[in-house]
Amino acid sequence: MISLNNISKKYNMGHVTVNALGPVTLTIHKGEFVAVLGPSGSGKSTMMNILGCLDRPSLGEYLLDNTPVHGFSRTKLARVRNMKVGFVFQSFNLLPFATAYENVELPMLYAKISGKEREHTVKHLLEIVGLSDRASHRPAELSGGERQRIAVARALANNPDIILADEPTGNLDSKSGAEILNLFEQLHADGKTLIFVTHDENLASHAKRIIRLLDGKINQDYTQN
Amino acid sequence: MHFLLSYLYEFRHQKLRMFLTIMAVSWGMANIALMLSVGEGLYQMMSRGMTGMGEGIVVMWPNQTSMTHNGFGPGKPVRVTEQDIHEGEKLPLVKAISAEYSGWSVQMKTADKNISKQVRGVYPCYGVMRNLIPERGGRFLNTLDEERRRRVIFIGNEIRNTLFGEESNPVGKTIWVNGSPFTVIGVMEKKFQTSMYSGSDAQASFIPASTFRTLFNRTYVNIVLLAPESKENSKDAQEAFRSLIAARHRFHPDDKELFHNWDTFETQEMQDKIFRGLQLFLGIIGGLTLLIAGLGVANIMYVTVKERTREIGIKMAVGAHPLLIIMQFLLEALFTVSIGGALGVAMSMGLMALFDLVPLPETFINVMGRPEPVFSGLIALVCVTILNFVGLMAGIFPARRASLVDPVDALRYE
Repeated sequence: MISLNNISKKYNMGHVTVNALGPVTLTIHKGEFVAVLGPSGSGKSTMMNILGCLDRPSLGEYLLDNTPVHGFSRTKLARVRNMKVGFVFQSFNLLPFATAYENVELPMLYAKISGKEREHTVKHLLEIVGLSDRASHRPAELSGGERQRIAVARALANNPDIILADEPTGNLDSKSGAEILNLFEQLHADGKTLIFVTHDENLASHAKRIIRLLDGKINQDYTQN
Repeated sequence: MHFLLSYLYEFRHQKLRMFLTIMAVSWGMANIALMLSVGEGLYQMMSRGMTGMGEGIVVMWPNQTSMTHNGFGPGKPVRVTEQDIHEGEKLPLVKAISAEYSGWSVQMKTADKNISKQVRGVYPCYGVMRNLIPERGGRFLNTLDEERRRRVIFIGNEIRNTLFGEESNPVGKTIWVNGSPFTVIGVMEKKFQTSMYSGSDAQASFIPASTFRTLFNRTYVNIVLLAPESKENSKDAQEAFRSLIAARHRFHPDDKELFHNWDTFETQEMQDKIFRGLQLFLGIIGGLTLLIAGLGVANIMYVTVKERTREIGIKMAVGAHPLLIIMQFLLEALFTVSIGGALGVAMSMGLMALFDLVPLPETFINVMGRPEPVFSGLIALVCVTILNFVGLMAGIFPARRASLVDPVDALRYE
């Protein structure tokens, strides 16, 4: 489902070109639960941006569901992000002026889904993350754990196959973190492809497959149980 | 829906900034609306003033020949007779034609007053042509007056005021004109007249042409008043009458100097052009003010885009089409100018209402009437068009910048 072939990302910093990632070759199958580990500066955020189609690689080939997306325009990438990928960020990234309900609804608005269907899905998703009673609250009125659960609900809005999470428990206390993790395990059980980017070994221990990055290259890639 | 939410959020958090921006727009809008309305009011007033003399008429003064013909050298005076006018009536392009005989400084006497004023001898159709409308209880000259050379007189409202007192109805009373008694048959209703060729109609009196000729022993008319069938054939009608006179008096058929003509169609057209120019000028000034307000809006929009980089990043991350981001900021800019515009129109309406309270010199009002600003549908359309243009211009560039935000950077933006 995900196939990276000699992907690399370079940044121009003045006269110096910095190689942030790669070349990396990697395949992730549907339903896998992967943790990408590495110290800061190892290229794991860059990798997550490329995997999530937020960024385009400088070189290489990215096949997502057998579609080469590395050359896609901004508009086409937006469509891919909307339909195929769900993001969960460390800092939640919810719209501050919108309610929990509206935040979850947002990706469906962009997908032009009808009002009735949206309502049905949002209610269902809020139920899954256990926040039906918080639908009309704004992010500022929610706890960190609740915000992240809303973010997870939003990531699931258009029923994407892939969930990308960047340090999803990084800003949470251990109890909320455990709840979020629980939620992810449940999603994994439902057949979603989960990819975590983290430097938290404890979080990574829940994943089935570990990819360790060092200096932009894959250092280790193994499965665990 | 989401657009409105984020807009209201922005509004709540940037009250002063939004307020100032909207005030700038509304002031610009009030400016343009007010300028155009005052211009329109002035135009309408001037048009009314012109029509005070009559609409669609040509005033023709007999002049003298300029070409040698039939052994006569140039400089022979043109003398138009009653018979010439009657022949003129038969011309196909002529709707109406009237002679006008003028008597200057004619003695007019009542029992206790004695004044010297202008008296004109005219045809019954003259009243309609020159917009001489009688006050209630009176009438203008008619064909019987003309046929029977009646000694009847139609007087201007200011003559009435002098001889009989304001607000009085002198119909049926007698005025001695050069010693002959005339019965007053009507008083001209007060009218607004800015165009005139031999003094204001309010200061003149009118008697039948036939009576005038006998009383003052005249053969030749002073002025020919011609109403062409339409604006389009005004020139042809004038030419037809000129040719008729040339033929009847054996002048050179191509002599163009037989008459001096004052074509009110031409005057109206010229006045229209001047006022279109004035309106354009006022509109441009108002438009510039609005444009400056538009720059303010653009400025604010740039700041807004910068401040909301993270919001843009989030929307992009969950799949917002870049066009949607453009639309959002464009709509916000348009929304801001719309609110400002609506306030501006309200403001200009208020200022127009206050216009009545501006003290103007009494004499000015008497001559010109009080100018009233007129806010017409066309002005509204012009204002809305300019406003939307300014809004689009103010919004499009910041909106474009917003859509070009890199989602990776935007999500990292604090």
